Amino acid sequence: MLFLIIKRILLGLITLFIVSLITFVGTEILPGDACTTYLERQAFGEQLEACYRRLGLNVPAYERYISWAVNAIQGDFGYSLSGEMPIKEVLGPRIKNSLVLASAAIFIGIPIALILGIVTALWRDKLPDVAISTVTIFAMTIPEFISATLLILIIAIWLEWLPGIVIVPTDVSFLELLPNIILPVIAIAMIMTAHMARMVRSSVIQVMASEYVQMAILKGVPYWKMVFKHVLPNALLPAINVVALTIAWLLGGVVVTEVVFNYPGLGRLVIESISNRDLPTVQALAIILASIYVSINLLADLMTLMLNPRLKTLQIRK
Amino acid sequence: MKLDNIYQEEKKSNFAKVAEIIITMASRPSGFIGLSILIFHVVLAFISPYIAPYDFKAINPTLMLQAPSAEYWFGTDDLGRDVFTRTILGGRTALTITFFGSLIALLWGGLLGIFCGLVGGKTDDIVMRIVDAFLSIPWILAMLLIVSLLGTSTEVLIPALGFFYGKGIVRVARAATHDVIAKDFIVSARARGHSNFSIIWNEIIPNVRDAILVEGAMRWSWMLLGFSSLSFLGFGVSPPTPDWGLMISNARGLMSFAYWSVIAPIVGLSSLIIGINLTADAFAKALGIDRSTKAPV
Repeated sequence: MLFLIIKRILLGLITLFIVSLITFVGTEILPGDACTTYLERQAFGEQLEACYRRLGLNVPAYERYISWAVNAIQGDFGYSLSGEMPIKEVLGPRIKNSLVLASAAIFIGIPIALILGIVTALWRDKLPDVAISTVTIFAMTIPEFISATLLILIIAIWLEWLPGIVIVPTDVSFLELLPNIILPVIAIAMIMTAHMARMVRSSVIQVMASEYVQMAILKGVPYWKMVFKHVLPNALLPAINVVALTIAWLLGGVVVTEVVFNYPGLGRLVIESISNRDLPTVQALAIILASIYVSINLLADLMTLMLNPRLKTLQIRK
Repeated sequence: MKLDNIYQEEKKSNFAKVAEIIITMASRPSGFIGLSILIFHVVLAFISPYIAPYDFKAINPTLMLQAPSAEYWFGTDDLGRDVFTRTILGGRTALTITFFGSLIALLWGGLLGIFCGLVGGKTDDIVMRIVDAFLSIPWILAMLLIVSLLGTSTEVLIPALGFFYGKGIVRVARAATHDVIAKDFIVSARARGHSNFSIIWNEIIPNVRDAILVEGAMRWSWMLLGFSSLSFLGFGVSPPTPDWGLMISNARGLMSFAYWSVIAPIVGLSSLIIGINLTADAFAKALGIDRSTKAPV
C-alpha cells in the first residue's frame, strides 16, 4: 500500500521533470528567443549582447536549465519580460482567481452530475434518460466559447440579469468577485457536468448488469436499498478516476472561458504572455498547469486506493 | 466443421463491410442524425464556393450590420460582408485542416502505440513517460506557443494538431495491443519466426484497427473544437478567411445589436461538432466498442 503510494508520487514527479524539459527545450528550439522578440528590429550587435547578458542567456542552455529548475522548485520563476515584475507576484492573484472559478464549478457540477448520471442510468432508455442524455450531448460537445457567448447574449444582453463581462482588478476581494463569476461558473460547470454525468451513467449501468446485482434482485432486496447499498458504492469508485481526468482535461476550456468573460485568471495570463512572447512566464505557466494536472490525477488514484478495499492488499499493480 | 461458411465470411469485399457498418450506424436515430449532419457539412464544403451568392471578402461600407433580409439572408457583418456567404464557406478550412490532422494523429499515435505494446520493457516505459508528460501540458498552451512562434499557416497547423491529438491515441493503441498480444496466434507467429514488422502488419493491426479508428473519429471532433478555439482566440487562420471561430470572435463585440452575425457561425460550428460526435459514437457502437467510460484525454 505505502509502496504503491510512493511509486505513484515518484511517477508524478518524473512526469513533471519531463514537462519542464519539454517546455525548456521547446522554447529553446523554436525560432526566436526572448531577446530577439523584445528588441525586435534592433536585435543585433551590442544591444543583443547586452540583453543576453542581462537575462543570463549567454551561458550554455543546460546551465540555464539547472539554475531555472532549482529556482522554480523554490517557487521563484524569475522575471517576466513585459512587466519586469517577478513572475511569482504576477501569478499569485491569478491563481487565486482561477481557483475560485474552478472550485465553484466543481462544487456545483459534481452533485448535479451524480444525480443526473444516476437518474439516467436507473431510467435507462425511458423518457428521463432520453431527455437528459440529449441535453448532455449538446452541453458536452458545444465548444466553451460558444456556450459562453450564448450565455452572455441571452442572460446578460437580452435579459440583463447579470454582468456579461468581468471588469474587476486582478486583486479584487471575494465578495466583489461573486456576482461577476456566476456566468463563467455556469459555462464551465455545464460542460464538466455533462461529461461526468455520462460517465456516472455508464458506470452505474455496468454495475446494474453485473451478476451480484441480479442476485440481489432475485433475493428480493428492496430496489432502493439495493441501489444505495450495492450499486452506487461500486459504480462511483471507478468514476472518480475518470472524473479527475475530465477536470484536468477541462483546464484548456477554462483558458478559453476566462478570455470570453475577460476574467483575470491564469487562462487570460496564458493568452497575454503568449501574445507578448513572454517566454519565462509561459514556462512558469506550463509547469504550474502541468502540476495541477498531475496532482489531480494523483489525488484521484490515492482516493481510489483508499476507498477500494480490494486494492489495499495488492502489493504491486502494473 | 462447416469450413465453407468460414471462407464465405472472408470473401466479403471491403466495400460490403464498410456498407454494412454504415447501415448499422444509420439504424440508430442518433447515428442517423449524426451521419446526415456530417454528410451535409462535407457536401456543403465541396459545393459552397459555387453556390455562395456574394464574394466573402467584398467589403461594402454602405451595408454595415444590415438585419437579415430577402437579399442578405443572414444579414451583414461590421464590414458589410454577407454573413450567409461567409457562414457556408466557414467550415471548409476547419474541416480540411482537422481531417488531415486526425489522419496524422491516427497514423503516428496508432503505430507508436502498437510498437510500444509489442516490444514492452524499457522502451515502452520511457515512451509512455514522455507521452504522460505531453498529456499533462494543457493542449491549448502548447498549441498557442507553437502557433505564435511558427505562424498560423496550414503547413504548421496540420502537423501541430496531428501531433498534439495523437498522444492520446498512443495509449489506446497500446492498451488494445496488450489485449491481443497474449493470444495464441501472436505466439505462433513468433514461433514461426516472423519479424516484429510482419507481426504488427499481419496480426496486430487487423485486430486493433477498430479501436484505433473509433478513437481517431473522436479525436476529430475534439481537434475541430481545438482548432476553432484557436481561431476564436485569434491564433488560428488569419482574416479575411471565412472561419466560424474567427467570425464568432469578430461578431461577439457587436452582438448586443447585431446578434445575427454571431448566431449563424455558432449554428454552423455547433452542428458540425455534434454531427461528428454522434457519428463517432454510432461508429463505436456499430463496431461494438464501448468508450463511454473513458475520459477524454
